[in-house]
Amino acid sequence: MSTVCLSVKNLTMAYGDFVIQRDLNFEINRGDIFIIMGGSGCGKSTLLRHLIGLQSPELGDIYYGEQNLGQADPAGKRRMLQRCGVLFQSGALLSSMTLAENVALPLTEATSLSAGKVREIVSYKLALVGLAGFEEYYPAELSGGMQKRAGLARAIALDPEILFCDEPSAGLDPISAKLLDDLILSLSASLSTTVVMVTHELASIFAIGSNSVFLDAESKTMIAEGPPKRLLAESNDPKVIAFLTRGERQVNPKGTTTGVSCE
Amino acid sequence: MPEAVTISCRIVEHTDEKQLEISISGDWLLGADLPLLAPVIDRLETEQKLQGVRFSTVGLGHWDSMLVTELIKLINSATARGLAVDKASLPNAMQSLLALYYTVPERMDARRVKRQTSWLSAASNTVNKTLRQAEDMLVFIGDLALSLFNALRGRTHFRRVDLLLYIQECGPSALPIVTLISLLVGLILAFVGALELSLFGAQIYIANMVSLGMTREMGGLMTAIIMSGRTGAAYAAQIGTMHVNDEIDALKTMNLEPMAFLVLPRVLALILVMPLLCLYADLMGIVGGGLVTVSLFDVSLTEYLNRTAHAVHLADFFVGFVKSAVFGVLIALSGCMRGMQCGRSASAVGDAATSAVVTSIVFIVVADSLMTIMCNRIGI
Repeated sequence: MSTVCLSVKNLTMAYGDFVIQRDLNFEINRGDIFIIMGGSGCGKSTLLRHLIGLQSPELGDIYYGEQNLGQADPAGKRRMLQRCGVLFQSGALLSSMTLAENVALPLTEATSLSAGKVREIVSYKLALVGLAGFEEYYPAELSGGMQKRAGLARAIALDPEILFCDEPSAGLDPISAKLLDDLILSLSASLSTTVVMVTHELASIFAIGSNSVFLDAESKTMIAEGPPKRLLAESNDPKVIAFLTRGERQVNPKGTTTGVSCE
Repeated sequence: MPEAVTISCRIVEHTDEKQLEISISGDWLLGADLPLLAPVIDRLETEQKLQGVRFSTVGLGHWDSMLVTELIKLINSATARGLAVDKASLPNAMQSLLALYYTVPERMDARRVKRQTSWLSAASNTVNKTLRQAEDMLVFIGDLALSLFNALRGRTHFRRVDLLLYIQECGPSALPIVTLISLLVGLILAFVGALELSLFGAQIYIANMVSLGMTREMGGLMTAIIMSGRTGAAYAAQIGTMHVNDEIDALKTMNLEPMAFLVLPRVLALILVMPLLCLYADLMGIVGGGLVTVSLFDVSLTEYLNRTAHAVHLADFFVGFVKSAVFGVLIALSGCMRGMQCGRSASAVGDAATSAVVTSIVFIVVADSLMTIMCNRIGI
C-alpha cells in the first residue's frame, strides 16, 4: 500500500506568454524513485523548479500530501520545503564556504542544535557520500563529481522526505555517474527517502527508476507515465521508444515494432 | 602553393536531357579568392528547358566549408527552380555533409524575427522599462527593510563571521587606496586655494579651506566614489556569480532568504565602515593640505594646525559623518540590487558590476547635493 506524497494537478508552466508544458497530472508515491525524463529543452528542470517552489505555476496546483504549495502561507511553505532536499545540476555549493559550512547551513537554519552536534552530523553526512576528511575544503578545490557528492550531502543534511535531483550524473564519467546513482539509491533505501530525479541518462533511468513521466517538447505535455521498464516493453509512442532505446528501435504510430536500427 | 579556385558551367545534352554541368577546380580553402558565383546562378535561373544540375570535380584539390557553403547556395537556387540536383560526382565526404545539412529542416518558429517598431512603441517600451526598474528598486528596498526589521527583532539569518569578513573586506583592506586618494585631494585643495588666497597674502586661510572642504564634502565624497568602484562592483559581481551558479536558488530551497543572508550583512558592513573611512579620509586630506601649505606657502605647522582647529567644528565632522553613512547605504544597495537582478550568463555578471558602479555614483552625487542644500537651509 503506497501513499501519495507529492501530486501535480493540471499544472501549466510558462515564461511570460511562452508555454513550456501544459496539463501535467501525476502523483509520486512515498518511497518511489521518480524520473522526470524527456529530450533537451522540454521543461524537465523547469518542472523541478516548480515542484520545489522556486517558480510558481501559471495554472494548476502542486500538493505535498494534502497541502497545496501555491496557497501555503510563508511559514507553511517553509515547513514543506524543510521536508525537501535539493541537489542542483552544478552542485550549487556556496563557493565562499567550506564543505562543512555548506552542509551545516540547513542544519543551523532549521534547528537549534549545538555547534558540536552540528559538526558531528556534518561529518556523518560527508562520510556517507564518501567525503570524510574533506570538511575544510572549499568547493573550488574539488572535482566536479566530488562537488556533486558534497551537494548531495547538503541535500540530505536534514534527512528529507523527498530528495530532488537535477541531472545528478550530467557531466560525470560513466563510472562516477554509476557510483552517484548507487549512492542515491542506497541512501534512499536506507533513509526511506522519495527521490524525484530529472535525467536523460538511460543507464540511470533503467537502473534506479521505479516510476516516471515523459515530457514532450512538441506537444508541450506529458506523453507517457509509468515505470521505465514497463514503458520500454509496452509503450506504443514512437517518441518514448526512440528515447528509451536511443533511436535504435522505432515503432510506427500504429504500435507495431519495426526492428529498424540506425546506422 | 594552393591552386587557384575556379568555377564554370556548361550545358551538357544527353539523349533528351538538358543538364547544366558545373565544374569546380582548385583548392577551395577558407581565405582563398572566391570566384564570382553570379554568372553560374544566372545561367541556372535563366537557361531555358533545363532539367537538371550536375557537378564535375575534376581538378578539385583541397576543400572546406568555403566550398560547401557555395554549393548550398547553388543547390538552393536549383531546387527553388525545381531542378533535379545530381550530387553523385561530388566527393563522398561532401555528400554526407550536404546530407547532414539538409536532414533537419529549419524549425519554422526558431529564427528570431526582427520586428520593426514605431518610435511611439519604442518610447513606450522605454518608459515601461524605466517604470519597472523603479518598481523593482522599491520592492528591493522594501524587502531589505523587512529583513532589517527581522534582524533587529533578533531573527538574524546571516552568520556573524560573514559580517566580520565583509567589514574586513571593505574597511581595513581599503585603507591604502583611501589614504592615497584623500592625501592627494587635500593637496589639490591646498593648491587651488593658494592660487587665489596668496594674491591677498592670506595663505593662512588655506588651512580653513582644506579642513572645511575635506570634512564637509570631499572626504565623504571621495571615499564613497572609491568604495563604489571597489566594493559596490564586488558585491554585484559576487551576488551575480552566485545567481549564475544556482547558489541563490539553493539558499531559497534551504529556507534561507537571500536578502537576509547575502544582502543584509553586506549593507550593514558598509554602513558601519563608511563613516570611519570618511573620518580617516578627512584626517589624511588635512595632512595632505598641510604638507603643501607648510612646505610651499610660508605657513608654520603650528599656525596651520591652529587655523584648522579654529575653522572646523564638531558639526562639520558630523555632516561628513552622516553623509558618508548615507553613501554607504546607497553603494551597498545598488551593488546588491544589481547583483540580485543579474541574468544567468558571464556577461550578465559584468553588466551587473558596471551598472552597480554607475547607479551608485549617480545616487551618491544626487544625494550629496540634496544633503548639502538641506544643511545650507537649516544652517549647519
